[in-house]
Amino acid sequence: MKGTRFAVFGGVYNNHLSLKATLDDARSRGAQELFCLGDMGGFGPNPDRVFPLLRDVDDLYVMQGNYDHSIGNRLDDCACGYTDPRDNHFAQISYDYTLENTADTHKDWLKQLPGTFRKTWGRRRVLMAHGSPRRINEFLWESMCPDAFLASLLTDAEADLLFVTHTGIPWKRRLPDGRMVVNVGAIGRPANHGQTTVDYALVEVKDREVEVSIMPVAYDHQELAREMREEKLPEEFVETVLTGWWTTCLEVLPAKERAAGKY
Amino acid sequence: MGLLSARDLIRRAKEPATYDSPVLELEHLDTLWLQVTGTLCNLACLHCFISCGPNNDSHDMMSLGQVQEAVDRAVEEGVKEFYFTGGEPFMHPQIREMIDCALEHGPLTVLTNGILIDEEMAAWLGDRFRESRYSFDLRVSLDGTTAAENDAIRGRHTFEKILSGVDRLHQNGINPVITVTTCHAELGAEAGRQRFFELLRSRGLERPRLKFLAPFKIGREERRGGGYEDYERLKKGDLNEEAKESLQCSSCRMVTAKGAYPCPILIEVEEARMGDSLDDALEPIELNHPACYTCFVEGVTCRT
Ligand code: SF4
Ligand code: SF4
Repeated sequence: MKGTRFAVFGGVYNNHLSLKATLDDARSRGAQELFCLGDMGGFGPNPDRVFPLLRDVDDLYVMQGNYDHSIGNRLDDCACGYTDPRDNHFAQISYDYTLENTADTHKDWLKQLPGTFRKTWGRRRVLMAHGSPRRINEFLWESMCPDAFLASLLTDAEADLLFVTHTGIPWKRRLPDGRMVVNVGAIGRPANHGQTTVDYALVEVKDREVEVSIMPVAYDHQELAREMREEKLPEEFVETVLTGWWTTCLEVLPAKERAAGKY
Repeated sequence: MGLLSARDLIRRAKEPATYDSPVLELEHLDTLWLQVTGTLCNLACLHCFISCGPNNDSHDMMSLGQVQEAVDRAVEEGVKEFYFTGGEPFMHPQIREMIDCALEHGPLTVLTNGILIDEEMAAWLGDRFRESRYSFDLRVSLDGTTAAENDAIRGRHTFEKILSGVDRLHQNGINPVITVTTCHAELGAEAGRQRFFELLRSRGLERPRLKFLAPFKIGREERRGGGYEDYERLKKGDLNEEAKESLQCSSCRMVTAKGAYPCPILIEVEEARMGDSLDDALEPIELNHPACYTCFVEGVTCRT
């Protein structure tokens, strides 16, 4: 018997083309419910194009990320606070662009989104959060999360299976006791590995057990690049879409993840 | 966030200097600091907030066993990351064993002045960097973009030696974080920061990683820049939840050969010592030291 399937994704970053491709992929694989862990804006072109795909959709549940909190509350910046003036410059460009081009009704919608989801899948207590269960803007990078730390996060949050996003790079880890943490990566921007695909997590619940696969999704990234140029977004962002390598705001990357990238 | 208004400062300046200090719980042990070489250092920088130097033995070197014990205890608490400091960690004869011990359990950052990182050590560090499961970072201190500027604080001829250490790390695949203590406010401003990025790019580090730290007015820095005024103390009610979370001591502890402390900053303050080992240091702390004021006002954290 085939199990029940779900999809979990985050980091839309205005990329309506990859969002559409991800939703199509997940539904075609039989995902019955889809969960979006937030960060609708930043980086990509034409912010308002993602909302029709996200709002009032029966099988889709959407949570608030830190970017959504800033845009929803009309704050002045994304509060990333980079050291490198170059990073701040680029972060501000995408923030200002997103703030200016997001309709008020969508801002109001972002403002009222929930911060976590809880489910029971098979015999697992599932928790979904944007950054971490304790902070919306905590980064959970693979190389920075000791097993013991993840175990204590899960214990404190009373969960056996945790899904997060916020970093933009996917990974999953099963702890020796069987509990699991999954960073679903981002669907709006490739994961700094030289491929133009984006990632989401496909979940299968079968015989009370939960299996999670990180799924790469191809989409028309050439078309996105064209739209970004039309909107006069920085060529540095376009390069990321076309090459799969991050070019700006790399300061948040830990040493290991940074060394794996091109820049 | 967290900043006192000018009016508050003036009002408090007039109050007597005995304050009821805020109490801060340890939310979770995210960061364990280990002062592996004690206060022993091959330099004696003017701004060193713990007055380290070749002749300062107020904190001994830790033994490998002491490091192992603190690491194991921290793992039981679900620790997130380790930091090694001193003094100068690379003066410890067993620094390699200590690095391996920490890296087995979580990400590690070693704070160094970079001078003792020779070819062989740089190659070994490069191997560890590539092979370890967790992130391994080196943080090298530099206090100016010219020899004159840096050497005035860190000592004669240190500028070239530090940058040579950075070069060797770079050649072995490590991109260290360069830490700048902003003794001259100008260094922390955008133009000052820009100069550091340019210096490092000119040395072939195409993607410089930098951290700017405000100096603490204790230790040798007290004699250099002047100590704290009486009103520069925290008192109950100064801290809201957000401010508490932003203080590193809500999520860190420091272990030295002498025992456990709330943070790396207060290890020369006898009253701040919390006990012999990490076990004794999981209690809440009182933020009754003037350095706590800098942490609060400047939003300082020693982490990268
Ligand atoms: S600041 Fe660092 S390098 Fe300088 S004396 Fe202190 S411990 Fe040594
Ligand atoms: S000096 Fe700073 S880090 Fe240390 S106890 Fe005081 S507030 Fe906390």
